Amino acid sequence: MAARTATGRPRIGVLLAAAAVLASTACSAGSLGSSGGTEDGTVTLTFQFGNEPPASLIGQALADDFMAANPDIRIETETRPGGTEGDNIVKTRLATGDMTDLFAYNSGSLFQAINPQQQLAPLTDEPWVGSLEEQFRNSVTAGNGVYGAPFGSSFAGGVLYNRNVYQQLGLQVPTTWEQFMANNASIEAAGIDPVIQTYGTTWTSQLFVLADYHNLTTEVPTFAEDYTANKAKYATTPAAVQGFQHLQDVHDAGYLNEDFASATFEDGLRQVAAGEGAHFPMLTVTVATMVENSPNAAQDVGFFALPGNDAAENGITAWLAAGVYVPTTTAEDSAKFEAAKRFLAFIASPAGCESATRVAPPAGPYPVEGCTLPADVPQAVKDVQPYYDQGASSPALEFVSPVKGPSLQQITVEVGSGIRSAADAAALYDQDVEKQAQQLGLPGW
Amino acid sequence: MTTTPAAQRPAGALDRAAAGEPANPAKRTNRQRPNYWLSAVAIVLFVVVFLVPFAFVVVTAVKSGPEASQLSLSWPSEWRIVENFWAVVEARDYLLVIAFINSTILTVASVALMVVVSAMAAFVLQRRASRWNGLINFLVLSGLIIPPAVVPTIWVLQGLGLFRTMVGLILIEIAFGISFCILLFRAFISTIPRELDEAATVDGAGPVRVFFQVIFPLLRSVIVTVVVVQSVVVFNDFVNPLYFLPGERNATVQLTLFNFQSQFNTQYHLLFMNILLITVPPLVMFIFFNRRIVAGMTSGAIKG
Amino acid sequence: MAGTPTTTTTSPPPVPTAPGGRSGSAGKGRTAGSRYPYWFYLPAAVLYTVLFVLPTFASFFFALTRWRLIDFQFIGFDNFVLFFREPALVTGLVNTIIFGVVTSAAKVVLGLLLAVLLTSHIIGRGLLRSLVFFPVLVSTIGVGITFTVLMDPFDGLFNQVLGAVGVDGPGWLTDPSLALLSVAAVDVWKGVGLATVIYIAGIVSIPSEYFEAAEVDGAGSWRRFRSITLPLARPATVTVIILSLIGGLRSFDLIWAMTRGGPGFTSDVIASVIYKQYQAGFFGLSTAGNVVLFLVVTAIVLPLFWWLNRKEVEL
Repeated sequence: MAARTATGRPRIGVLLAAAAVLASTACSAGSLGSSGGTEDGTVTLTFQFGNEPPASLIGQALADDFMAANPDIRIETETRPGGTEGDNIVKTRLATGDMTDLFAYNSGSLFQAINPQQQLAPLTDEPWVGSLEEQFRNSVTAGNGVYGAPFGSSFAGGVLYNRNVYQQLGLQVPTTWEQFMANNASIEAAGIDPVIQTYGTTWTSQLFVLADYHNLTTEVPTFAEDYTANKAKYATTPAAVQGFQHLQDVHDAGYLNEDFASATFEDGLRQVAAGEGAHFPMLTVTVATMVENSPNAAQDVGFFALPGNDAAENGITAWLAAGVYVPTTTAEDSAKFEAAKRFLAFIASPAGCESATRVAPPAGPYPVEGCTLPADVPQAVKDVQPYYDQGASSPALEFVSPVKGPSLQQITVEVGSGIRSAADAAALYDQDVEKQAQQLGLPGW
Repeated sequence: MTTTPAAQRPAGALDRAAAGEPANPAKRTNRQRPNYWLSAVAIVLFVVVFLVPFAFVVVTAVKSGPEASQLSLSWPSEWRIVENFWAVVEARDYLLVIAFINSTILTVASVALMVVVSAMAAFVLQRRASRWNGLINFLVLSGLIIPPAVVPTIWVLQGLGLFRTMVGLILIEIAFGISFCILLFRAFISTIPRELDEAATVDGAGPVRVFFQVIFPLLRSVIVTVVVVQSVVVFNDFVNPLYFLPGERNATVQLTLFNFQSQFNTQYHLLFMNILLITVPPLVMFIFFNRRIVAGMTSGAIKG
Repeated sequence: MAGTPTTTTTSPPPVPTAPGGRSGSAGKGRTAGSRYPYWFYLPAAVLYTVLFVLPTFASFFFALTRWRLIDFQFIGFDNFVLFFREPALVTGLVNTIIFGVVTSAAKVVLGLLLAVLLTSHIIGRGLLRSLVFFPVLVSTIGVGITFTVLMDPFDGLFNQVLGAVGVDGPGWLTDPSLALLSVAAVDVWKGVGLATVIYIAGIVSIPSEYFEAAEVDGAGSWRRFRSITLPLARPATVTVIILSLIGGLRSFDLIWAMTRGGPGFTSDVIASVIYKQYQAGFFGLSTAGNVVLFLVVTAIVLPLFWWLNRKEVEL
């Protein structure tokens, strides 16, 4: 027994010592060397954005180009996962006071959901605020304060379609839902999947509902206001149920690709580019990824607005650019805050737009005065411009109302898979939204 | 409390039981000849059910991208072990390496502290009868049954300034693992004669010396069991890092793998190389400590 | 392992009677407090209280609030009302119970069968035991991802094999009526090894005299199983049931890695609902989910625990 004691103890001792050493270093490997400060006169800022292109590319390009011109400021970039996972990281890090010095995040309702008036530093008096496009400025405004600079370009929601398929079958771009369904019928007869859905990436299921907002608001112009005030509901507004109904219709008609339940969003982009499927309801922000994966898509894939009831009112639902924000914690350090403001001024300038364009072809116009689009853009992006020129666009509901439920993507997957009816789904979404409105403390809920 | 025969015996006997050796070997071994027919069926069935998924992981991990994407169980036409290995390691700025470092720190620190802290508690719990024992036993069992309350735990960690820190996560792992360890230690300590501590006390040793110099070394065998079992548990933990240590650069191996799932969704060879790499540590543990793990898990389980 | 300070077990211990006293309890009267000081509890007690007990109690309060971490508003039982009203959340509740019951039932049946097989005289017994047990040690996320790929409705190995024999395989994880059960099947695959070794420990401890006597009486192997193995392995059954119920009701990793509660809400369980509400920033509702899970686990496990153990005494 004595022998055992002798051999046993040192090993355990070593283990404990190792543990103590490791515990006393007290940090994880990932945070090594990331402490910022003002030694040697340079200011270090941390900047967080999404980890998927184009956001990841744009964030890095903005940081690199700004640092090249401003050697006294160092910007360390950090990425976070997309979707609800990323939302959660932003929310908890802000709430616990350890957000990065700057971060890019959605404008509109998601921006409202992070309690900007308590957690973000107002930038209302910055000179560049005056050069922002009005819709964008509203989408980063809470109370009387403006809180964000634009991150990337705005983009549109509608339908990506394969132009070769249209050409071969002699089809016209539809401006009403009837025409769209008629096109689908001929496409199916030709042995091509009329509509692509990709529920392996759940957020893509929402497009039929979200991108239908232009049609909804042209029919019921007061919807956003009444909806925010809890006076209008999806379930009781026929024009609002319509988005869900369209999704159900394409499923019931058997127009979806065979692997809709498991396909991912990259699969969908590939299918529409290859002409295996004709229509893919999508955001134009994905065009850059599509063209990178399938270079032919630059010419072969076009875009049209999600059709509604009235051809005369046909138009796109627009997503406004994301914003770059400064948490109040950064504003407490005046040197950092000054540096952050200089970075924001760069972002909200034509030079900033150029940085973004350099790495990711814009999916729509930039919301900054003086920024221009390059001449050579993919066809799908080119197709968006006429809608803007004719004024046939409305910002998506999430930019005009802070009310957005977190479970819409699961609900639309159920509708598109035939698990739940459109009417039922609209009612369920109304319940989902109620939680969000109450959490935000909106009046009337 | 449930008690099986196995539970009443110390770990040595448990090992044997868990390893399936009859308590009295001479009696059973010569009773029957092996049943060849049944053996063949069993072997085929086990290979198909339990080995094929692992074989699939291995062959997919060493194939080239296009070949892997066919998702078949075919023999790789070219072996790309080294290329795939480096591609995964280098992905996203060596995130996997950082994750392995994080997971190692987490596992080593939390398991080491868990052992000491719970052995001390189990020692007093087993040796000293008091009216608190009922409550303590109740709390220990609660720890095995009650699901931890997530957001309130974040709230507490945040109040302590430990949310999103490795230290915080280490403490969480200890707190959630204490119950299991105390049960194992208590059962084992009950087999150590009290006379030992008494003799040591008579020799003038204080409680700290009695525990660390007399008792703790005697616990070696159960300590190895606890260390091995808990290392596997902590290393494989997904939920706690997900909730309590979010953030890309903080990732542990399980979180990294989970995020790679969307990152690599068309690059199955890299995804499965990642799975393969993450399976290596438990495999090593299993090869060296198979019986320990089985013994620990069954006895811990029986107590639960 | 040989050489540990065992009080050598000469004969197999008797069939368990009443739950035993917790130890040899050698010295009753002389509780030398100084030798076993209470402060030895301190490190464990502090960690456990602060990081486990306190949050558990706090959850009962915060479940009644609308909570943003920076502030909260007391709203009574609204969160719980939501849980029993909203279809998506009710689904989670029902699925949790289905998942827990299905997986533990399957683990009991398969675990016992495998244990009997692996204690019988077959070749390669040790290796087969290792094979069943190894999945227990592998990362749940890794297993989840692997089976998600194997279960892909078009390219997955399962349906490739089924297709080769002319069967049109189902969408294991995409068919709403199958998704939860497919995940449950993978959970059983991963967890049955533990059930098996618990049963093996139980069966091996049955004195071989019983079997020999039965054999002398001319009992066939089925009778021996029915009247000896099954009743005497009862403590193992209790353990397996309790253990897999606790694990099954709390299960999150595997479901999250495989379906994330989908398609839609059809494979959501309470634990995934808790995570989703947490992600959405509904911290009060998420905590209410924790309380519901707490109630479900205790309401199912405690009575069962008590009932199974009582029956055991009656035997």
